[in-house]
Amino acid sequence: MSAGAARAEEDTGSASRRSLRPLALALPALVLLVAVIGIPLATIVLRSFNDPEWGFQNYVWFFGTPVNLVVLQRTFTMAAWVTVVCVICAYPYAYAMSVAGPKIRLLLTLCVLIPFWVSGVVRTLAWMILLQDSGIINMVLRAGGFEGIRLIRTQTGVIIGMAQILLPFMILPLYSVMKGIDLRLVQAARSLGAAPPRAFFSVYLPLSLPGVYAGAIIVFILALGFYITPALLGGPRSTMLSTLVQNQVLSLLQWGRGGAMGVVLLVATFLLLALAGPLMRQRYKLAAR
Amino acid sequence: MNGLREQRGAAIELSRVSKAYGSFKALDDISLQIQPGEFMTLLGPSGSGKTTTLNVVAGFTEVSSGTLQIGGSNVVGVPAHKRNIGVVFQHYALFPHMTVGRNVAYPLRLRGVGKAELETRVRRALDMVKMADFAYRYPSELSGGQQQRVALARSIVFDPPLLLMDEPLGALDKKLREWLQLEIKRIHRELGTTFVYVTHDQEEALVLSDRIAVFNRGRIEQIGTGHDLYDAPETLFVGRFIGDSTVLRGAARSDGSSTALDVAGETVTVPRRHRDTDRPVMLLRPEKLVMRKPGVDRSDNENRLSGTVSEAIYLGSGSKYEVLLRDGSTGIVRSSLTDQSFAIGDAVELCFRGADAKLLADDSTADTTLT
Ligand SMILES: Nc1ncnc2c1ncn2[C@@H]1O[C@H](COP(=O)(O)OP(=O)(O)OP(=O)(O)O)[C@@H](O)[C@H]1O
Ligand SMILES: [Mg+2]
Repeated sequence: MSAGAARAEEDTGSASRRSLRPLALALPALVLLVAVIGIPLATIVLRSFNDPEWGFQNYVWFFGTPVNLVVLQRTFTMAAWVTVVCVICAYPYAYAMSVAGPKIRLLLTLCVLIPFWVSGVVRTLAWMILLQDSGIINMVLRAGGFEGIRLIRTQTGVIIGMAQILLPFMILPLYSVMKGIDLRLVQAARSLGAAPPRAFFSVYLPLSLPGVYAGAIIVFILALGFYITPALLGGPRSTMLSTLVQNQVLSLLQWGRGGAMGVVLLVATFLLLALAGPLMRQRYKLAAR
Repeated sequence: MNGLREQRGAAIELSRVSKAYGSFKALDDISLQIQPGEFMTLLGPSGSGKTTTLNVVAGFTEVSSGTLQIGGSNVVGVPAHKRNIGVVFQHYALFPHMTVGRNVAYPLRLRGVGKAELETRVRRALDMVKMADFAYRYPSELSGGQQQRVALARSIVFDPPLLLMDEPLGALDKKLREWLQLEIKRIHRELGTTFVYVTHDQEEALVLSDRIAVFNRGRIEQIGTGHDLYDAPETLFVGRFIGDSTVLRGAARSDGSSTALDVAGETVTVPRRHRDTDRPVMLLRPEKLVMRKPGVDRSDNENRLSGTVSEAIYLGSGSKYEVLLRDGSTGIVRSSLTDQSFAIGDAVELCFRGADAKLLADDSTADTTLT
């Protein structure tokens, strides 16, 4: 064997080793993902088909029980509302972050991150204090001579609480897209004759949409499966699917039915992602520029 | 300018315009009149206020004081989108989410132009910059030069009476730049629009412009044709910024008809028709200098300075030499002669007629701001 060939062999050897290295780096997380998510997920899917016996009975039950369908629909509606509220609140905030000076940007970033350091339960409890019939919001309203409003145990209350908790998941992707937008494009639009609102809607908004899509998908999916906040802030009229799952599994020990609900939610989520796919691809097309 | 050309360009008049950022004056009492249809270039080193001037005209920056008229009407306070001015930026500024065609159609859509007319005008503008085949591409799918041509099409498609360009070719390589300079010149001729063009490249300014305004530290040093600026610079800064020059300093004595300067241990005399200043500096263009081997006879009205060749640059059509004079200053000579070539280290004499030298006021900022 010539020296050149030997070196070539060595090269391919190290090349294949190199191609394996990323896998080795990913291994610990991979084990966790497969073991902690994959195995239980597989179990849940399996149980939805074989608990208490093999067949589609759990799905027949799910789609045959009106209350389940009402809750399923409500879950999607409320997740959609949460997403809308998040977009409306996050958009100007993320914009401010992207154009602010370093000090204000740091402050705004901290305000986004601090809630991450406080558990969702604690934040939900805080919302209970605010939203209660005798809570701060109602106290202020009554002190101002207005009538109190029912917030706790209503859908509005749940949406407010969930939106607040999920807001960072909207702000951060929006901000990361917005800070990449060249504001000189808006100036160019102005020089071409666009009044400021027109320049915004025809140039800035379309360029920021990838961030809106990314944030909206994350928030919507997280909202679909949200448990604590709807459970604590909600009432019977604002029950979401996660509460029904918990009820079936923990109270009634109906693992099959709970599993079927989980699978329905999962499939719905995947469908949504598939629909959002083209939007995401557009995002990459833009990012490639 | 061509008298047959339809005069569609707007006149611009900046008078006593200043722009301060805090205590820093980015523009310091600028006055500039531009004729309709003229190609005016703002030339100057980095930070001299060219972009600020352009931004003031475009309406992106408000003046601190002074007045600005475009097409005869005062536009101070008029927002950018109402000024009807085409602007081409160095960074192209094409909308990445629109195709070339939609980019160019954008200003027409804003003006509510109907579909049929819009299509013909977009095609005409793209034809003019030779980009008609690229209408369905996205900006990311174009080269820098192509993007800039699209940007140019977008800013002329709505027939603005005034087009502003801020170093539009700055990011392109030399060959492409030279070609696009000619394209821009052609488009200017065809449109009859007033062009205001910013560059820090003096050659580009000379190629393109009807007149050039030379900026330095927020002020205009001189306004004139390229010829004016090269042959009759009013300040040392202008003389050094435009073209190559030899600058000589020395004690001056004036008597009756001539000024004598002691330069590098030798005395040169210059007719006293130049403006008098206390501390004159002598400026000589390379082609006014003749380089000889020492000891060759000279004619009577010739000055001579001795030195050694420190650099010889072959230019194809001739050669450029740098000559180190006795006082440490550098003389620059251009020669198209090939018979008598000099090598680095040769002792030489630089000869010139006193009438070819310019005496200018000394200016310490002129040296530090060369590009
Ligand atoms: N927004 C601003 N705030 C403070 N100073 C500014 C601002 N804009 C410009 N300047 C200053 O004004 C001066 C002129 O800037 P300008 O952009 O007009 O220079 P220029 O001639 O275009 O230079 P270049 O060739 O580098 O583009 C510079 O010293 C710059 O730092
Ligand atoms: Mg500039």
